[in-house]
Amino acid sequence: MDNLSTPLSKVKGLGSAKEGTTHFWHQRLTTLILIPLILWFGFSIASMPVAHATLTAWVQQPAVAIALILLILSTFYHAQLGLQIVIEDYVSTHSTRTVSIILVNFLCLLFAIIGVVAVLKITLGS
Amino acid sequence: MTLHNKPPLSPHLQIYRLPLSALLSITHRATGVILALGAMLLVLVLSAAANSPGAYSTAHQQLDTWYGQIFLIGLTFSLYLHFCNGIRHLFWDVGLGFELDTVDKSAKLAIFFSILLTVATWWVATSMAG
Repeated sequence: MDNLSTPLSKVKGLGSAKEGTTHFWHQRLTTLILIPLILWFGFSIASMPVAHATLTAWVQQPAVAIALILLILSTFYHAQLGLQIVIEDYVSTHSTRTVSIILVNFLCLLFAIIGVVAVLKITLGS
Repeated sequence: MTLHNKPPLSPHLQIYRLPLSALLSITHRATGVILALGAMLLVLVLSAAANSPGAYSTAHQQLDTWYGQIFLIGLTFSLYLHFCNGIRHLFWDVGLGFELDTVDKSAKLAIFFSILLTVATWWVATSMAG
């Protein structure tokens, strides 16, 4: 086994999928970021009156906007990585699996963009 | 072939009672999928808030009904269960807590803290909103 792989591929250690442990590692990194963000978001939303003016005034604070964008990006990246694993484990038909993964990637990207644009629109004013 | 030579069977899910940790494992996946959908919904509510107060109040009215509240409480509990079990996974990732009794104990801790966080969040929500 060893003598079939080139020294370069051994050093890179990326394996046949060419991405090594990137998927696994990014899933963990987003988990770490999400721990404080989720607690902050859950209790912030809970402690706020639900009126439109209150919500927009809250989002308009620069620190809140930054944290919200970070939350949106890491949530949808984390979701994309996780949903891909679920699809890979339970969808065995190759074509359906590939199409589902592409669809999930696209949806997660789309909703991340919608979220970020919404935060920016509220923050910068329409 | 004697009985002893038969290959081992994988757990027969209709007969075999899943241990707590296995139950929590599949729940982690289920809550993960639910939370992905919930995150998309929250983004739509945020987007409605960015568009107009009217669009936001339409979304808010739906969430303010009894089924909307039940949905939100379910989503909160899913979030915290996934949150607590995710932290449990982080301990496993660094090689800690693999002993069977520890696994069982941490499963119970994850469930306990997710209930606690759900109650705390909704306690804050109801006492603030009035």
